[in-house]
Amino acid sequence: MSPSNTVTRITRTSIIGTAIKGVLRALAVAALGAAAHAAPFLPADEGAVLERLPVRPGDPISRELRRLRADLAADPQDLDVALQLAQRYFELAGAEGDPRYVGYAEAALKPWWSLEDPPLEARVMRAILNQYSHNFSAAMRDLDVAVRADSRNALAWSWRAAIHMVQADYAAARTDCEALRGIENELGVVGCMAYVDSTTGRAANAHRALSEALARVARASADEKVWALTRLAEMSLRQGDTKRAEGHFRAALGLRVRDQFLLAAWADFLLDQNRPAEVVTLLKDWIRSDILLLRLALAEKAMGAAAADEHIQALTARFDAAALRGDKLHQQEEARFNLYLLGQKQKALALALENWKLQREPRDARILLEAALAMNDPAAAKDALAWLNRSGHEDPGIRRTAEKLKALAP
Amino acid sequence: MRALLAVLLSLVAPFALAHKPSDSYLALRAEGAQVAGQWDIALRDLDFAVGLDDNGDGNITWGEVKAHHADITAYALARLRLRSGGADCPADATEHLIDDHSDGAYAVIRFAAACAGEIRILEINYSLFADLDPQHKGLLRLEHGEGTRTAIFSPERATQKFKLAEFSVLAQFLDYGREGVWHIWIGFDHILFLLSLLLPAVLVLRDARWEAIGKFRPAFWDVFKIVTSFTVAHSITLSLAALSVISLPSRLVESGIAMSVVLAALNNVFPLVKERRWVVAFAFGLIHGFGFASVLKDLGLPQGTLLLALVGFNLGVEAGQLAIVSAFLPAAYRLRAGWLYRRLVFVGGSWVIAAIAGIWLIERAFNLKLISP
Repeated sequence: MSPSNTVTRITRTSIIGTAIKGVLRALAVAALGAAAHAAPFLPADEGAVLERLPVRPGDPISRELRRLRADLAADPQDLDVALQLAQRYFELAGAEGDPRYVGYAEAALKPWWSLEDPPLEARVMRAILNQYSHNFSAAMRDLDVAVRADSRNALAWSWRAAIHMVQADYAAARTDCEALRGIENELGVVGCMAYVDSTTGRAANAHRALSEALARVARASADEKVWALTRLAEMSLRQGDTKRAEGHFRAALGLRVRDQFLLAAWADFLLDQNRPAEVVTLLKDWIRSDILLLRLALAEKAMGAAAADEHIQALTARFDAAALRGDKLHQQEEARFNLYLLGQKQKALALALENWKLQREPRDARILLEAALAMNDPAAAKDALAWLNRSGHEDPGIRRTAEKLKALAP
Repeated sequence: MRALLAVLLSLVAPFALAHKPSDSYLALRAEGAQVAGQWDIALRDLDFAVGLDDNGDGNITWGEVKAHHADITAYALARLRLRSGGADCPADATEHLIDDHSDGAYAVIRFAAACAGEIRILEINYSLFADLDPQHKGLLRLEHGEGTRTAIFSPERATQKFKLAEFSVLAQFLDYGREGVWHIWIGFDHILFLLSLLLPAVLVLRDARWEAIGKFRPAFWDVFKIVTSFTVAHSITLSLAALSVISLPSRLVESGIAMSVVLAALNNVFPLVKERRWVVAFAFGLIHGFGFASVLKDLGLPQGTLLLALVGFNLGVEAGQLAIVSAFLPAAYRLRAGWLYRRLVFVGGSWVIAAIAGIWLIERAFNLKLISP
């Protein structure tokens, strides 16, 4: 985005209805934005820190990655090393939320990436990486072959379940979860099934089953507990029990695991509860993450905080950059950004509809319904309404929005 | 336990990854034969590729970047290839800066590239980080005159061509004409074939002996008929092949051309066809036309002005031939009576041509590499 555009938009959004103070603030923000994007510069000081690396070279994970990379460089055909390296990068992608690591993992698998018939483990890893780029059909083709070749491949079954959930194919997802029985431990099997149940109108059963399983599995790791507690919180919300949900969230946060999904879900909960101040405290140091910056800006806007303008501008730049690269991975978030932070209802609805073609999870339905309601356009939401009917999804917020839309329909 | 975690994590995976993927921003401005460029590459990516954090503290400072400017330039510019008119446009860095993008700090390399002549079509080959991160993309902004174009480079789309100047019809016609001349000039097999047919034009066969021709006029008409029938023949097959009406395997065509040179040269030493050498020129000219067509296809045919390009190329070939003839004929006519021409140039030359073409024939027919370039 060019500096002049930035100035115009920021100025327009902040001046309205305010006196000189507002103008000055807008100008200050615009100047800041212009400075950030004005032109390349020559840093004055040799010691000036330009960039902080997410993983320090001396960290154990860095050392391990370096060792694996060196081993692979010595023999790029060593499948074991390649898979280990891809697995480490893949975990890092999840922890840091940085898609670069998905690319690094793909590079490690290069000798097998284009093979018609790669070894089973390489095939499963290829599927996992492909689904990250939302190449669901390519991923599913590989996973189909994988489970036919090895019906006890838990990883392949669970990723099939995950993709079927995104595609709202709940019968298929249930079959995949069933297949985990006997080859995966209890938390995995119950977690998988509970995930399907809680999306399809059986949140109470799902909650009971998962909390019992969590209590029984004594040696669950912190990561696994965080996962289960976050799901339990979601299930509670779908039952309308915000108090219990908050308890689960707090228990998960208490485990002190760096998990962006947990933070995003907790921030969404706080925003829905109209508690933006807590979101600002929670996320003020997470501006590098797009999904968390979006929640931070939503909270700041709700509070009328000055930083909102700057963060909206940063998000605009990031969505523009994604558009430039032809990315469609963030349309759900971009729809939310347009609807609630820019007030661009029409664009939000278009994005939500486009996103719905690719992803059909409850949060995808939610933004589509909300954008359609904002545009007074119930017809646009008919697919999401049909999904709600078919799935029996319980979330009270989504149901309320759907009722309002149905009331609008002639 | 790791497996279970992976299974559980899979169930939240479709949450979009929270961070911007790796992109570089390449801005080019083409003017005449020059390209001015600015390339913004994320410091994080450069650190992964060449290593910037020398003291290992997880912070990349300006001092560390400065110490690696030579590495950065060498690494980056080796992975960006600009081409125009079939030749590379070598690029040199002119300035190193820093810029802040929405996802962090970027190294900014400003560079200048010089092409051989005015850039009509700019070909860009982009392979930055292709081996390290196949998801990386290069986002191009190309300015030329009043216009700006954008494009996205990825390992699947590493090479892209951009037409900068609208070719005027005349310029295009002349361009293809020049290519025709050039191809005759560097096409030794065509030249040797023509020479083999031209060498006897200033001689006449009497009682199985070659003697000097009496007058210039019959020599001229002989040459005229040979060159014209050669041109007509190769124009026919060139056009048919260029329009994809007929296509022959190139190994067959190239071997056939070599064979035609061998036969034409041997015919001077052991005359079989004595009078109507223009018929030979026509018959073998058909094969040479297929050879020209492959060149034309490599050049790329303009869709809108196909006919114009064909005529231009054919006329260019013809002009190149005429140049050879006009240099050859007067000299040969003057020397025709002497021993030097009749024994050394004519007989010796024909043997040499036959020998060279014979080697080509073996090379091309059996896909070997013996002598030729």
